[in-house]
Amino acid sequence: MSFDFCWRAGSLALLAVLLGAQTPIHAQFSAPAQAALSASSIPAAELLQPEELNRILQSKAGDHPLVLQVGSHLLFGEAHIAGSEYAGAGSQATGLKQLQDRVASLPKSSFMVLYCGCCPWGRCPNLGPAFKLLHDLGFTNVKALYIADNFGSNWVDKGYPVEHGR
Amino acid sequence: MAVRNCAGAGLHPRGSRFWNRLLAGLALGALLFGAGAHPAFAANALLNRKAPVFQRKDLSGAKLDLARYKGKVVLLNFWATWCAPCQTEMPAFVAWQRESGAQGLQVIGISMDDDADLVRKLVAKLNVNYPVAMGDEALGALYGGVLGLPLTYLIDKHGVIRARFQGETDLAKIQKQWKALLAQP
Repeated sequence: MSFDFCWRAGSLALLAVLLGAQTPIHAQFSAPAQAALSASSIPAAELLQPEELNRILQSKAGDHPLVLQVGSHLLFGEAHIAGSEYAGAGSQATGLKQLQDRVASLPKSSFMVLYCGCCPWGRCPNLGPAFKLLHDLGFTNVKALYIADNFGSNWVDKGYPVEHGR
Repeated sequence: MAVRNCAGAGLHPRGSRFWNRLLAGLALGALLFGAGAHPAFAANALLNRKAPVFQRKDLSGAKLDLARYKGKVVLLNFWATWCAPCQTEMPAFVAWQRESGAQGLQVIGISMDDDADLVRKLVAKLNVNYPVAMGDEALGALYGGVLGLPLTYLIDKHGVIRARFQGETDLAKIQKQWKALLAQP
């Protein structure tokens, strides 16, 4: 199915990231295979729109997801979704290790939402590898927050709750 | 809030962690309570106003003081190594600096990376010929919240912000505007 196809296409790139100890981190940014794991590689069925996530977070009913930012720590410090945690940059081996450690003790059915918002959706280098990692680890209820332009325009400017600081 | 990248080069001359934290907090507080709660509002409010001045040390350790560039047209670019559109723009900025620096254009890069080593490597690889300094939350807040990259401001010869470009932007559009500013007294 297309979901698997998307991930197979990027599997070599993720392997390269996970084996980052053998590769200078900077080289990972310019590797052509990186494009295969852009946020655009995430199947549409796995996406969550900002208004939908905001509604879920505001709701007093139902389980709230664990919301993890997998992009820039500096931009996280400027503003992030209220209640969300920083979990490492998905484009870096160290970031994926941080994410893996964060979810290590969680049940595979845990409801999680990953987001970045560093760049326009199709150019985000962080979300694709992070999402694939959780998928490969066997997590079955992970969504990616669709941020079309950037976190400022598509979350903060809409007046959705944010927090500041690291 | 960590401010490791501006230690010794922050807004306060002595660059203490305390002052950096205090100023960062004040700037963020101003965003939240003094400017309508939304960074975009604050960012748009910067247009046609004096550019917030700042001091940093660039990657070479030299002092970078925005106030020193009065009389020049400044292209202030916020970027990061992980930002693909940023890297698309930077060769053009290098060419513009080379070709029009003598006429009064000054490009300044502010990296929003967490790791300065990555920045140094990429700056060397792209043969960047303009000053680049590491950014932080305080500087982002000064400029209305840098919550997506790339982000570029054009500042006229009098230190007034005249344009703001967020995200992937037609480089010809940016060039047309800085050329127009350069032609003005």
